[in-house]
Amino acid sequence: MFRLEARPQQSRAMMLATPVLAVIATMIGGAILFVLLGKDPVEAIRIIFIDPFFDPFSRSELLVKGAPLVLIAIGLSFGFRAGIWNIGAEGQFIMGAIAGSAVGLAFYGTAGLWLLPLMALAGMLGGAAYAMVPAILKVRFNANEILVSLMLVYVADQFLRAIVSGPLRNPQGFNFPESRLFHDSAVLPILFDGTRVHVGVLAALVAVIVAWFVMERHVIGYNVKLLGAAPRAAGFAGVKQKRLTVLCLAISGGLAGLAGMIEAAGPFGQLVPTLPQGYGFTAIIVAFLGRLNPFGILLAGLVMALTYIGGETAQFRLQLPAAAISTFQGMLLFFLLGFDLFVKYRVRWARKGVA
Amino acid sequence: MTILKTLATAALALGLATGMASAESHGEPTKVGFIYVGPVGDYGWSYQHDQGRIAVEEHFGDKVETTFIESVPEGDSERAIRQLAQSGHDIIFTTSFGYMTPTNRVAAQFPDVKFEHATGYQRNTPNVSTYSGRFYEGRTVQGIIAGHMTETNTIGYIASFPIPEVIRGINASYLAAKSVNPDVEFKIIWVSTWFDPGKEADAANALIEQGADVILQHTDSTAPLTIAEERGIYGFGQASDMLEFGPNSRLSSIIDDWAPYYISRVQAVMDGTWESQDTWHGIDEGMTSIGSFNPVIPAAVRKQAMDAAIQIAAGNLHPFTGPINKQDGTPWLAEGETADDGTLLGMNFYVEGIEGSIPN
Repeated sequence: MFRLEARPQQSRAMMLATPVLAVIATMIGGAILFVLLGKDPVEAIRIIFIDPFFDPFSRSELLVKGAPLVLIAIGLSFGFRAGIWNIGAEGQFIMGAIAGSAVGLAFYGTAGLWLLPLMALAGMLGGAAYAMVPAILKVRFNANEILVSLMLVYVADQFLRAIVSGPLRNPQGFNFPESRLFHDSAVLPILFDGTRVHVGVLAALVAVIVAWFVMERHVIGYNVKLLGAAPRAAGFAGVKQKRLTVLCLAISGGLAGLAGMIEAAGPFGQLVPTLPQGYGFTAIIVAFLGRLNPFGILLAGLVMALTYIGGETAQFRLQLPAAAISTFQGMLLFFLLGFDLFVKYRVRWARKGVA
Repeated sequence: MTILKTLATAALALGLATGMASAESHGEPTKVGFIYVGPVGDYGWSYQHDQGRIAVEEHFGDKVETTFIESVPEGDSERAIRQLAQSGHDIIFTTSFGYMTPTNRVAAQFPDVKFEHATGYQRNTPNVSTYSGRFYEGRTVQGIIAGHMTETNTIGYIASFPIPEVIRGINASYLAAKSVNPDVEFKIIWVSTWFDPGKEADAANALIEQGADVILQHTDSTAPLTIAEERGIYGFGQASDMLEFGPNSRLSSIIDDWAPYYISRVQAVMDGTWESQDTWHGIDEGMTSIGSFNPVIPAAVRKQAMDAAIQIAAGNLHPFTGPINKQDGTPWLAEGETADDGTLLGMNFYVEGIEGSIPN
């Protein structure tokens, strides 16, 4: 019989191996699914995982799709490391998008290089301020931040719908609930002509590097990790738990808000009710797939983006149903969580009677 | 001499070769792409567009190759549209309002590809057309039937988003129902989605609790009709016929028949006669058509509904004919006056008699 045995220490090798194993298992599981659907599994996997790298447009789209995921996941990783579970990044993303867009629209028609940084700042503040609701409720009243932040997503979504049907509605838009298109200086510059790769991609890269520095080389990172690993010990070591909780939520809210502003001012170029795509939730998968490590998150964000973009191509090249692609993405998280068992446990072959 | 001759032959061969190559490229099938907002299995809006796609395949056979991408979120559609554009599609139909800006953006980058956007109003470049059905004409027919069939005098309406198209449908069906039953009342629930069977079912149940015994829907799933069947009240098929989902409850339906339009537009691409245009077709052209009537509808009502459809098609009856006041009592249309398309396209007000306010 097999027996699970707790490892004395978490296996570092397994920590690094499980995401790779999860991706491989997803490919195998996906292949079985595709066979059952009567499609060529090798071709499907090739279209999803390999072809996007050989097509210049798909390559550029990986960056467009990955940037918001990475930004949000980086922010979330701070809280997750400290044991603070912000599940409402989607709501903070929406609030950041609204705040950033409102600034852009308030200065409609105004040229100037200062406008985009101002919008970015507004986006960050909007997201961070929204994350303060669960933060303050947690440190003051010990309210569960998971529930509070999650419920606030729906509030934000309704607020977005209200604001694009009201104050920010396009006056020339036949009453359709969306803002006008931002003017040129409120739209993120494109990095490569003919693609949609915008400067927000650079922001994501900067966030990765800064996060790595803070996490590995700065006392904040040390305190965050300590709080997550041993909350009582952190208390004795003089870590101010409440202050750190607020800080972690502010960081994750701020980066989610920035991602929202970047989506609005980048690929969309306007505020629309369909702006939120669930990036705030997908980023949770990205954060864990990347082992809460900034560079891991960067890779994980690209893998996740790959499944979206390759998945779309597979849809029209092989006529795979959209639901099959969603199932395929779900498998990734499922296998990751499954294999995570082996980080803390190892499998032993036990003879009958021994156990 | 021989050298010259060889050269001449070579040139001839080359010419033939290029000639053949171009003949071959003419023989290549026309590639037609579709972007759907829901799954093709929604049996409503997207299903009906897919029926149009299948009709194109059947009509042209080997001369076309069609592809589609389903369940494309409106907010994230630019990439999907572009993927079709750059993978050699000649004409692309994007079939939801939210695809408007992305369609126009991609169209600007692919001047040789033709784009057809359903239900929008932007045609920024000469390779973009827009098209939609005058669904409100069908709403008038529904309203007549619903006004007669309700016993509680309460008609429920499941609305998606407060955009002009939806408000137009509410107003048209209300005016028609009121014209045959002055005591009729509308209860409207906004579900903020085009396709969400769970939410639509909840809305249907809530409307029944409020006394509605006929339900109209402007959402894409069959759930409201299924609920109507279970609870023994009436509903209508939306976008597609939906007969099998409410054999007893379905009174009639508004069917969006895109097939003739799709076939004619693909033909135009083949003939090189495609031009940017705006199409708004109703019962007359067949883009909006009325599904069969449930036998429970009394013969006189069936006749009245049928007559209305015939008169609308003939241009003798306009669903919005004055006198009509706006909800707040201000006059909109004078006696005998009919609404112009511009006002209809931007409609953002209820007509007098409808209770509640349009969500903001």
